[in-house]
Amino acid sequence: MATIGKKSLRSDLGRVRGLGSAKDGTHHWWGQRVTAIALVPLTIWFVASIVGLAGAPLTALKAWVASPVVAVLLLALIVAVFQHARLGLQVVIEDYVHDEAVKIASLLAMNAAALLLGGVAALSILKLAFGG
Amino acid sequence: MAAETKETGKMHARPLSPHLQIYRPQFTSVLSITHRITGVALAVGTLLLVWWLAAAALGEAAYARVGAFIDSPIGLLLLFGWSLALFYHLGNGIRHLFWDAGRGFDLPTAEKSGYAVIAFALAATLVAWVIGLAVLGGR
Repeated sequence: MATIGKKSLRSDLGRVRGLGSAKDGTHHWWGQRVTAIALVPLTIWFVASIVGLAGAPLTALKAWVASPVVAVLLLALIVAVFQHARLGLQVVIEDYVHDEAVKIASLLAMNAAALLLGGVAALSILKLAFGG
Repeated sequence: MAAETKETGKMHARPLSPHLQIYRPQFTSVLSITHRITGVALAVGTLLLVWWLAAAALGEAAYARVGAFIDSPIGLLLLFGWSLALFYHLGNGIRHLFWDAGRGFDLPTAEKSGYAVIAFALAATLVAWVIGLAVLGGR
């Protein structure tokens, strides 16, 4: 318990742990920002690249992804996109879905979808990169 | 919503604060909800991105199918919508990052940066499509 005369309502232990009632601290907030910052250059690079690839045959796309730099940037894009989307959708679900069971089911389904879609995208990039 | 259980087990309704519908939408609040809507739309849009990548990895037949979908009227409309949503979310996301750094949060600046975001989203979408269609036409 906080001692009398202190201004904060938080307990000493709560203050030391610094994680708040969600036991997660500012982790979610930071994750959303870090991925946002990463996505600024990655998105601009990706959009500029695929605009240049408009209507390109598969061989041209394969030749593009064959570059290790392109493949790694694409993988970074996919990781950042799905982590950013996952964190964002989590907040949207928490804000609008009030039934606890539906909320948990929605969060599980959304996280699973993000993980699986990200996995398919990443594996596809690797296959293209290795000339599959 | 604001219901609470009494000791008797009965629910009693607490007064609600004025609800969303009675507020006049403001420029900044419309931009704010648009950021969220475009974010959700872009998350759905990852389906096309994943389909495109997976089809390319699968081979010519699958790649031709995703190409035909993107070339269809509905595909082009979706792609146009997603590109506009992407540029809006990108521009407004940068606006948010400035706020997180404690800059530009006063109302006059927030309104100006809001107009800048809209202008950027429209201009970037236009430029991307003009260049994209030119590249397509040159093939």
